[in-house]
Amino acid sequence: MSGSIVRALKCRECGQEYPIEPIHVCEFCFGPLEVAYDYDKLKGKFTRTLIESRPQTMWRYKELLPIDGEPTVGAQNGFTPLIRARNLEKALGVKELYIKNDSVCYPTLSFKDRVVSVALSKAVEFGFKTVACASTGNLAGSVAANAAAAGLESYVFIPHDLEQGKVLGAGIFGTKIIGIRGKYDDVNRLCSEVAGKYGWGFVNVNVRPFYAEGSKSLGYEIMEQLGWKAPKHVVVPMASGSLCTKIDKSIKEFIKLGLVEDNGTAVYGAQATGCSPISKSVKEGTDLIHPVIADTIAKSLAIGNPADGFYANRVIRESGGWSEDVSDQEVIAAMKLLAETEGIFAETAGGVTLGCAQKMIESGRLPRDESIVLCITGNGLKTQEAVINEIAKPRIIEASLKEFDVLAEADKAKLAS
Amino acid sequence: MAVSVRIPTPLRKLTGGADEVSIDAASISELIDNLEVAHPGLKERLCDANGEIRRFVNVYLNDEDVRFLDGRDTALKDGDEVSIVPAIAGGK
Repeated sequence: MSGSIVRALKCRECGQEYPIEPIHVCEFCFGPLEVAYDYDKLKGKFTRTLIESRPQTMWRYKELLPIDGEPTVGAQNGFTPLIRARNLEKALGVKELYIKNDSVCYPTLSFKDRVVSVALSKAVEFGFKTVACASTGNLAGSVAANAAAAGLESYVFIPHDLEQGKVLGAGIFGTKIIGIRGKYDDVNRLCSEVAGKYGWGFVNVNVRPFYAEGSKSLGYEIMEQLGWKAPKHVVVPMASGSLCTKIDKSIKEFIKLGLVEDNGTAVYGAQATGCSPISKSVKEGTDLIHPVIADTIAKSLAIGNPADGFYANRVIRESGGWSEDVSDQEVIAAMKLLAETEGIFAETAGGVTLGCAQKMIESGRLPRDESIVLCITGNGLKTQEAVINEIAKPRIIEASLKEFDVLAEADKAKLAS
Repeated sequence: MAVSVRIPTPLRKLTGGADEVSIDAASISELIDNLEVAHPGLKERLCDANGEIRRFVNVYLNDEDVRFLDGRDTALKDGDEVSIVPAIAGGK
């Protein structure tokens, strides 16, 4: 790469700038720091042709990701399918619907592989030997796997009552996994203290400004896969609200660099009703986020005190989007609908995204005749508890054609009736 | 009205190291002004140019965020406890 275009870390509140270091909070006003770039340096150099000539990973957009040189961790991550969801279009009565399917993101089946690739590459640059995270599950698995592959020691901190698939999906990589008696917000608070004391590279504490930038690759891919076009509407699940803001940033960056036309993209946020502080604020027309005690089966979104809630709220309102929330039952119904129409088994958060999209289509917030992209960010095999009692059990028979004939006959009769 | 105010670590340089100070004030905005008199420099750390409490500074009155009370106009009474707490940074 011809020199990084990263300029500084900049406070999102008071604008104070800091050099590139593992820090994440403004010393002066406590606002969050964000990576600032000199986009002018890319003018005329970062072209569609250049990007298309590169391997199909998230790193084909490396100039817009805040590392020096080549990624040392997760170089294969990203570039998941964008599919035209024609069956779901019929089911929902909309004209043009796409699924960005990060439920098959390499290597741990969630969009967290994107942010972790950036965070750990940056952690290696900073010289950290131990990396860590506070997680609702997907991030833990991704940090554990990517750290293992990179030869880094890792600690992952999770709420003690996560789904088995999330616990297993981190523990298998030989990470040191710590379950905290409490909600994610308690885990997060503890991790702030641990990060201060132990000097590790906490991907979502002291490395967070870099980590969060990784989410932009999801947006870049959507635009490239739509044929270098920004969607009219994009629906994003919200926990901290970070993804929502980074999708918006990715679109603005591509517009600024002349890679896509401004399509007036509206960003929509999806939450579970049992943890909906951001959607509530949007619906009530305020930018005050009232923290809640999270209670939902969509555990990956169960952040009661969302770090980027204010900014997500602003992106949604300024882009002309909206926000919704759905009950646990609606989450399950949407998971099944997505699976049965498109053959995609999304985790509970995917049910939240589709369920909210459905609700916003019905209420007219999402128009039926314009392009809509749903971001599916995690895999259903990790949240099996949510649907295990909701699906048909196998009908057990002997290895006898006669017994099967009886079943087939019954199915035929049912179909005819 | 004497109110006790808990000061977070990053701001203790301005209070001579004290983690708790006692301030006379009838409202949150008066409290901030009187804090500034007693410990110059505190106000600009707590409030933006318009005098609003900064977004990532939380001010709690007896464990309730004053944003969800009457904001800067929130009334104080004798014996109240006010905590200044930077928002917990980080998170996924």
